[in-house]
Amino acid sequence: MKILSEQKQILNDKESLNKIIILLILVAIAVLAYVSENLIGDYPRRLVMLFAINVMLAIGLNIIFGFAGMFSLGHYGFMTIGAYVAVILSLSPEQRMSNFYVTKMVPWLENVQIDPFVGILIGGFVAAFFAILIGIPILKSLGDDYLGIATLGFAEIIRVVITNLADITNGPLGIKGLPKFINVYWVFGFAIVAVIFAIRLGKVSSGRALKAIRENEIAAEASGIGLLYHKVLALAIGSFFAGVGGALLGYWTATIDPKMFTQVQNFTFLTIIVTGGKGNITGTVIMSFIITIGMEVLRFVEEPMNIFGLQYSGIPGTRMLTFSVLLLIIILKFQRGIFKHEFSPRLFYTRPKFFNKIRWGNKK
Amino acid sequence: MIFQDLSNGIALGATYALIAIGYTLVYGILRLINFAHSNIFTLGAYIAFVFVAMIGIHWAFAYAFAILLTAIVGRMTERIAYKPLRDAPRISVLISAIAVSYIIENILVMIFGGRPKSFPRPEIFDQVVTVGTVRIPSVNIIIILTAAVVLTVLIIVLYRTKQGRAMRAMAMDFDTSRLMGVNVNKTIGFTFVIGSGLAAIAGILVANKYPQVNPYMATMYGLKAFVAAVFGGIGSVPGAAIGGVLLGLLEILFVALLPDLSGYRDAIAFVILIVVLLYKPTGLMGVKGRVKV
Repeated sequence: MKILSEQKQILNDKESLNKIIILLILVAIAVLAYVSENLIGDYPRRLVMLFAINVMLAIGLNIIFGFAGMFSLGHYGFMTIGAYVAVILSLSPEQRMSNFYVTKMVPWLENVQIDPFVGILIGGFVAAFFAILIGIPILKSLGDDYLGIATLGFAEIIRVVITNLADITNGPLGIKGLPKFINVYWVFGFAIVAVIFAIRLGKVSSGRALKAIRENEIAAEASGIGLLYHKVLALAIGSFFAGVGGALLGYWTATIDPKMFTQVQNFTFLTIIVTGGKGNITGTVIMSFIITIGMEVLRFVEEPMNIFGLQYSGIPGTRMLTFSVLLLIIILKFQRGIFKHEFSPRLFYTRPKFFNKIRWGNKK
Repeated sequence: MIFQDLSNGIALGATYALIAIGYTLVYGILRLINFAHSNIFTLGAYIAFVFVAMIGIHWAFAYAFAILLTAIVGRMTERIAYKPLRDAPRISVLISAIAVSYIIENILVMIFGGRPKSFPRPEIFDQVVTVGTVRIPSVNIIIILTAAVVLTVLIIVLYRTKQGRAMRAMAMDFDTSRLMGVNVNKTIGFTFVIGSGLAAIAGILVANKYPQVNPYMATMYGLKAFVAAVFGGIGSVPGAAIGGVLLGLLEILFVALLPDLSGYRDAIAFVILIVVLLYKPTGLMGVKGRVKV
């Protein structure tokens, strides 16, 4: 008995230690947010914001793909929906005047103006609604490959429709001059909510059900897991994050147009998830950081420079080429992702030589 | 007018069909959506462009070289980017395909720039055939004839040769055919050679039709050709051919009959895709696969 209670004591100690470490991390993030909002220049601040938005979008796709094993190639379609809904609902009269000069806006939308924050959330919900709409019939009868193809088709249809519905979306011109009201606290807030949500989801029953479906669909169904409900749920949650993230990206660039989100984004997020490890939140966050910053750092290869007297005047395309070659090497080298384990506060007080023996988080 | 629309539609559909076959062959055997395939198509057009416009040899030789070289490049992409991942999760292979796709696209951008370049088309492609009151551009006729000949040859190869039988066997059951002594690597290589060659032919024909080439021309063409492959039943070669032609015809007829909605032209293919997936997911000619426990 005595030994048991001692062990319990140790466990309790560790638990409170874990809580303290998590608290410290949150404080560190808050300090980081404060520093990036107030003390650094405009360009790094924008990068930090882009990183946080990417984390959120990648986590959305990770819930669809990494948790449930479903394959969505049309994430960018839901991003577009979220961005357009959020922006159109919260346009001010002046912006309406300056944007809709070729085509008049439809009368029933003319006097709508809601709070941008509510607009962003509504954008997310509309994206989730469309995901449910397309998800139910497709997932009812078809496998995962087809879901990818169907969402891809859906995203392309969305693009064409937005280009053509000029009296609602301003057509191919897009909507420009959006207010720059989002700041680091906003995007960090959203990103942290997304991360915590995903971590919690991994621990509650529906999250476990999703992972069971990913591992073996037939066995999961035989154990009494409702396939359709859980798959549609994952798709809706992921698309909600896509919608919100798309809206944030729209405000981040201060302009939206139908060609803003393409497959390129989708592939970037797929890359983040696959290299970060399927369903691994730690990997998603770290890879989002590496890829966001990496894509910026790689801009230097297209800039004019002078190498040992040789004049090099930057060739367009070099940056994407470098990125894709690196991507190819990473995927050939780490076929199942770079990160195998989840982050855990224990990392801070366990001796490194035991790294291989302890279980970190939910190891697969 | 209707005859011209029909010839345009069938010609467009024939190019979709040629590309769709490459998708369908690879998907049938490796269960991989080969995203690099559409860039192989662009590459074919560009190699032909280099031979004709920059080196200046006779177009027939230039096209033959271009098809050959593209087929070799297609084979090499399989060797470098897909073969090491044969036992990896399928998503990793997909990412690899995407990386290859970007590599080809950006090499083209780096060498030729992002702007379209005009493609010098030979005399024979640049005429109008008049039958009574019907005027049909000769390029349409050439596209349709080429596609018909190529498809016939392909069907003969698939159904009358040993290599073709190996390909069909692998599409039916990868592991069993390996046990039965099919040379897996050789057959997959052969598949990529055929698919890339057909894509190169399609690329050259398309470059002749619009006479221009640009590095991004593959994006829409590739997606629509993929839709054609799903439409016809992915994994089935005759299905891809029929799906391609039908898709091209529907697209052109939609624009011809409803000019007011021509802005929605690019959506047609994807609406068809979703309708097909909902009502006949195996496509027109596809076989229903069984899920094994």
